[in-house]
Amino acid sequence: MSLSFLFFCLLGLGIFSFLFGRRRIRALSAASATQGIKQHSRDIYHGSFVAVCAVLVPLVALLAWTGVSPLIIDAMLEDFLRSQSPDLSVGELGVLMAKVKAYYVGSLPNSFANDLMRDGSDYFAAMVDNSAMARATIVILLSVSGAAYGLRLLAPRFTARPMVEQIFEYVMIAASAIAILTTIGIVLSLIFETIRFFDKVPFLEFLFGLSWSPQIAIREDQVGGSGTFGAIPLFAGTLMITFIAMLVAVPVGLMSAVYLSEYANPRLRGIAKPAIEILAGIPTVVYGFFAALMVAPFLRDSGAEIGLTLSSESALAAGLVMGIMIIPFISSLSDDVINAVPQTLRDGAAALGATQSETIRQVVLPAALPGIVSAILLAISRAIGETMIVVMAAGVAANLTANPFESVTTVTVQIVMLLVGDQEFDSAKTLAAFALGLVLFFITLMLNVLALYVVNRFREQYD
Amino acid sequence: MVNSEASEVKIKAREVTVHYGEARALHGIDLDLNANEVTALIGPSGCGKSTFLRCINRMNDVIEGCRVGGAVSIDDQNIYSDEIDVVELRARVGMVFQKPNPFPKSIYDNVAYGPRIHGMAPSRAQLDAVVEASLKRAGLWEEVKDRLDAPGTGLSGGQQQRLCIARAIAVNPAIVLMDEPCSALDPIATAVIEELIEELRRDYTIVIVTHSMQQAARISQRTAYFHLGNLVEHGPTQAIFTKPENQQTEAYISGKIG
Repeated sequence: MSLSFLFFCLLGLGIFSFLFGRRRIRALSAASATQGIKQHSRDIYHGSFVAVCAVLVPLVALLAWTGVSPLIIDAMLEDFLRSQSPDLSVGELGVLMAKVKAYYVGSLPNSFANDLMRDGSDYFAAMVDNSAMARATIVILLSVSGAAYGLRLLAPRFTARPMVEQIFEYVMIAASAIAILTTIGIVLSLIFETIRFFDKVPFLEFLFGLSWSPQIAIREDQVGGSGTFGAIPLFAGTLMITFIAMLVAVPVGLMSAVYLSEYANPRLRGIAKPAIEILAGIPTVVYGFFAALMVAPFLRDSGAEIGLTLSSESALAAGLVMGIMIIPFISSLSDDVINAVPQTLRDGAAALGATQSETIRQVVLPAALPGIVSAILLAISRAIGETMIVVMAAGVAANLTANPFESVTTVTVQIVMLLVGDQEFDSAKTLAAFALGLVLFFITLMLNVLALYVVNRFREQYD
Repeated sequence: MVNSEASEVKIKAREVTVHYGEARALHGIDLDLNANEVTALIGPSGCGKSTFLRCINRMNDVIEGCRVGGAVSIDDQNIYSDEIDVVELRARVGMVFQKPNPFPKSIYDNVAYGPRIHGMAPSRAQLDAVVEASLKRAGLWEEVKDRLDAPGTGLSGGQQQRLCIARAIAVNPAIVLMDEPCSALDPIATAVIEELIEELRRDYTIVIVTHSMQQAARISQRTAYFHLGNLVEHGPTQAIFTKPENQQTEAYISGKIG
């Protein structure tokens, strides 16, 4: 039985158990009502309890089996092949296994296969069939016996409601555990690969090296084949572009937030706010070619008019467009926090004779400051993580420069460059991506922590 | 008890009407308020007493769709005429709100805020003096003099309200408006504020909106009773509370409506 069919079977069994459980408790209660026994939980909880008994354990078993069985089958196939021809090397065995599986799914023509592969494929097919059969049997048996167990427990005084509530709590815990475990898994894999990277490249060279040129020679005698992994130019480029973006986004975003929340009438606000938020919905690749095809050439040409030399891919172009992209983050979040400042504070300032702009500058903005700071920090982490615009508009050359008119590159862009094309997974070049990713992750994590700290530290200033 | 010491009219309201959009909140109020007296505005919720109070410093201006008709004169000058600058007006008419609303700044900066924006105290020493004097007037100085840099929001509710009073009188207004200043406070803090109001009366004209009959009776010299946007009756507090002329007033004061 296929996975999806089994899944629907389980669903059907669940619905059936629910209905059956509900019927049964009605019958039981009707029988005991004459003796004055009052039912503890409502019918729907009894039904749900039986349904959960019928579905939960088999579902876990189903997922576990589906996850683990391919590994076991592979191991068994390996044993089988080794018993057939004991003198295979590890590499040959791996190739043979791949061929057997290819033959099994039909992507390897019969003429390319030998007897060993055919035997292996037959064995593999038998194993897969057995596994599916066993899985279906176990899941359905578990489901039916679970339903039977649940039904046996039903009684008018059975406390089905707290049980069901408790089970739902566990389901919620499992759901949040998935997100947390994934994060932990990603961080751990970053850390382990980074440690491997630092076996090949010294830690200090990576963090403080001034030259980034990650090419590894294909032949030993190639020119410039050793590769250097100094990450400073990348972080400098990231910082410069982020800084330019913030120079655009913070004032524009903040002022539009103030306008929207303090000056605009409700009708205009109702139109303008969603319109600004649309900016956040534009795919970054669109911003990217907008930057590369329009902004960068425009900057270069207008720079030439006034005697400045801009390269056609410049940090300035990427930073400006990225700033535009980030405006809605700042304006929308700031608008929310400014609106959350109590009206009584504005009234208090107005009653003292403060003008509207004095009230905003001296009372409203200071009160909203924690929220605004965290909005800005979130926008910064967004800018640091942004890749597409930079690839297209700022280039890929790792220049260490403070001149925004030159082409620079960023950490994220280099991660892309490192992993594009054919890769070996143990070369310093590939592993460098993990190291860069880890540092980037660390920086954005720190920014988020800082944002949280700022918000919590200053939150209850007005109340 | 209209005694001889105070009977100079400070605020004159003539035919004051207020509309919120289409709805009419005040139907032509004529009321004189005397200098150096406490006038209490009483009446059931939604009767227009707070709206009237907010006409005196034009706080209704900031409410969208609010229109004020008629005239309010302070010292015989109509504050709704074109020559009046709202900023200047509000420096002369301070206001204390229902809920204490100190700014999220230090105690010192809260009190110094008004003098600073009006450029009233050019030097730091002068500003220090104004802050100290205001906090003393508000009866808060002894409690906060050692922590003027602490946030104003960290004070207790009653202290916050006295801080707001200090903030209002720091710009040396002629009139102080109070919109249920004790409704968020416990009885002890309320008693402190009431004493303070009695004390402030010597220098300021005070108009107070209150829901507490006892409070109106305790602290005010004159009382005005509002009902459904009309001024039903006004006069010396003692007279209003002992022998009201209007039946509605009597019903409200004795707790039958409201």
